[in-house]
Amino acid sequence: MSPKGADALARDPASVFAALGDRTRLRLVARMAADEPQSISRLTAGTGVTRQAVTRHLQVLAAAGLVRGRRRGREVVWAIEPDRLVEARRALDEISAQWDRALARLRAHVEAE
Amino acid sequence: MDTTTTDRIEKEVVLKAPRSRVWRAISDPRELGAWFRAVLVGPFEPGATVTGHSTYPGWEHLEWQIVVEAVEPERLLSFRWHPYAVDPDQDYTGEPTTLVTFVLEQVPEGTRLTVTESGFDGIPLQRRAEAFRMNSQGWATQMENVAHYVAERS
Repeated sequence: MSPKGADALARDPASVFAALGDRTRLRLVARMAADEPQSISRLTAGTGVTRQAVTRHLQVLAAAGLVRGRRRGREVVWAIEPDRLVEARRALDEISAQWDRALARLRAHVEAE
Repeated sequence: MDTTTTDRIEKEVVLKAPRSRVWRAISDPRELGAWFRAVLVGPFEPGATVTGHSTYPGWEHLEWQIVVEAVEPERLLSFRWHPYAVDPDQDYTGEPTTLVTFVLEQVPEGTRLTVTESGFDGIPLQRRAEAFRMNSQGWATQMENVAHYVAERS
């Protein structure tokens, strides 16, 4: 999330949850989290929702600081905008989980004898 | 017991095995490789470079490079490596490393092992983000983090 997004979270957490509290928007965010920045056309494909509706949903998410559109050539591509702290933290959570799995294997390795 | 800040990860486990056994599992590259899921070659001596590759299914192309810092038999082993080094086409050598330290202590039940990995604050966020995108459970974690973040701030 941009500093603006972090501020939005700090100031009004409800706006963030309100933005996420919609099935289509959640799905859009999940799609953006899993992929490269995407155009509205690509985000719309396969959703069963109109391009106009997706545009409106993206605007709600952007207002909460959760996503951001950037111009790339002739199109605008959209991506999630994670807060630096959240970003750092979640990557660390994954490394932490990897250590848990490695240590479980170590336990099996040394306690087997 | 776990402690995690943005800069370090700390894990503590008590293993039902003698200290000498745990030490071997950590300091012998073949044994370390067995539970790290990597083939590692090289001696664990201060200053030495231990290299190898992952044996994790689907990640066999990943090269490993570990630079050993300290070796105190049956007590402490530490090394440096590049975290999030998941892209085989990327040269990570110029980037900061994290420090991994294993500390062994004898306890009545066996051996207490404390693992610390520190120095994450020096790693470019871009790299962390890339590593994270390769992780499939991303969104669930992200939701939890948003919840934690909001709880901390409100």
